[in-house]
Amino acid sequence: MALDTAMVKKDFPILHQHTGERPLVFLDSAASSQKPQSVLDAMQNYYETTHANVHRGVYAIAERATAMFEEARNKAARFIGAPATREVLFTKNVTEGINLVANAWGRANLRAGDSVLLTEIEHHANLVPWLMLKEQLGIELRYIPVGDDGQLDLSDLDRLLDGVKLVGVTALSNVLGTIPPVRRIADAAHAAGALCLADGAQYSPHMTTDVVELGVDFFGFTAHKMLGPTGIGVMWGREELLESMPPFLGGGEMIRDVRPDGFTPNELPWKFEAGTPPIAEAVGLGAAIDYLEALGMEQVRRHEVELTTYALTTLAERHGDDLTIYGPAEASQRGGVLSFAYKGIHPHDISQVLDQAGVCVRAGHHCAKPLMRRLGVGATARASFYVYNDEADVDALSEALTNTSDFFF
Amino acid sequence: MALEDLYREIILDHYRSPRNRGELQSPPARRVEGYNPLCGDEVVVFLDVDGDKVTDLKIAGQGCSISQSSASMMSAAVKGKTLAEARALIRAFKGMMSIHEHRLDGDPENGEAGEGEIAATEPEVKLGDLEALQGVVKFPVRIKCATLSWNTLQQGLDEAATT
Ligand SMILES: Cc1ncc(COP(=O)(O)O)c(C=O)c1O
Repeated sequence: MALDTAMVKKDFPILHQHTGERPLVFLDSAASSQKPQSVLDAMQNYYETTHANVHRGVYAIAERATAMFEEARNKAARFIGAPATREVLFTKNVTEGINLVANAWGRANLRAGDSVLLTEIEHHANLVPWLMLKEQLGIELRYIPVGDDGQLDLSDLDRLLDGVKLVGVTALSNVLGTIPPVRRIADAAHAAGALCLADGAQYSPHMTTDVVELGVDFFGFTAHKMLGPTGIGVMWGREELLESMPPFLGGGEMIRDVRPDGFTPNELPWKFEAGTPPIAEAVGLGAAIDYLEALGMEQVRRHEVELTTYALTTLAERHGDDLTIYGPAEASQRGGVLSFAYKGIHPHDISQVLDQAGVCVRAGHHCAKPLMRRLGVGATARASFYVYNDEADVDALSEALTNTSDFFF
Repeated sequence: MALEDLYREIILDHYRSPRNRGELQSPPARRVEGYNPLCGDEVVVFLDVDGDKVTDLKIAGQGCSISQSSASMMSAAVKGKTLAEARALIRAFKGMMSIHEHRLDGDPENGEAGEGEIAATEPEVKLGDLEALQGVVKFPVRIKCATLSWNTLQQGLDEAATT
């Protein structure tokens, strides 16, 4: 295996828990990943030695807090290949990041009748902010369809792009594992005079991210899915776009001057960061990036392809036609996210019985209701892998599925 | 917590062979939809009300074993009952679910007087097989599965009363 998972597992205190005799088998990292000791320590240490509000105090710990906060931004910028650190905006999560773009860029640039092009595989985070603008501004939404093979059907892209102002696409589907050709979509968008936003929530935790190579204009990700804490995410945007956009939230920190009759916004990136930011969380995100970079993002991806290959073969061998796995068939063309149906047993019931064996999988619509309708299901069960998962976890899943069948039939 | 507490044999029986499954011509039947936004389950209750009686009732939709079996048992319990009896059953069933919600809050004595209290005021209501669903309260996330069809039925009865 590309990663020494036995060593990796040691770094994650939560995985040392046992359910009865069995170790915890955590297969829900696509919802939120677990945290290594180094992230927990970095945040704890920050609170124990350094905490003060940032960009305000002149005393030593306040300066240190500010430096640590901005150092986390530098790391995030490097992690995604951002040309400039000032293009990296801290948000609460990727959902807030997309809302930032929809509100700050969208309201300034979209009029009734303008179109935004999304895809059928989007998470609600990249649907609802645009649906809200549809209600409020009267914009039109279009969707790139998904084929039965789990890939986006781009055959009609040029026609779909006609009159479009922005294309929003997930860089990796949280349901199907699909990895859309973001570069190709972004290039087509630009050729049609549109911008392109990529939702990197499932991409950045697992793949080397280079926003310039992806060719997009906005790119968001969320720390809690990549070993970092909840409460912080990043929205990256091209500098000239961010400069031209009005602020999103108003308050302290995002202003240069405030008068009774007006205000002047702060410079980038703080113009988009109203109020006291999540400082310890930024420090935690920085530590998570350090951890991932020490493993090496290439290795992280290789590990996932290996494990997904193993899972696809093992599960097919053991369960055959009883098990349907949605999305691309080739591990190399997908992320380590396996949504599945098993013998007609409802996903809720599957995950309940699996839980009894200490196997944590998600059941539900995965915040992608339009995609669920497209697949013709109400819900799926989903197992997702990360750096600490290994073949034994896949075996535990496979075994527990058989028990589920025994229970219900 | 043992799985058998949740999946009692009678529940699995209703899940495997659901009663009153299907649709009624609507109209005249009343058609009410219920959703569980958390998991995407949906239930459709078809309701024939004649005078003050639920003369027929069918269940469609999709969901987990708990929501399906609860709907199935509900249909068997409510069919042929008067509206007042149906409402009493709903109160008693929801009471059975939420008494324990109160206990989960950790303060049964000082909790607000909620539906748990109402259950105590429905001593004449016999839940019968439905009591098998009592184990669900030990699995709090599943309570919404069990109550989905009941809330939908209640909505249907409310609509019937106002139109
Ligand atoms: C593809 C995708 N986009 C967006 C999100 C939303 O992430 P968050 O809740 O951290 O904003 C998720 C995770 O749930 C996701 O998988």
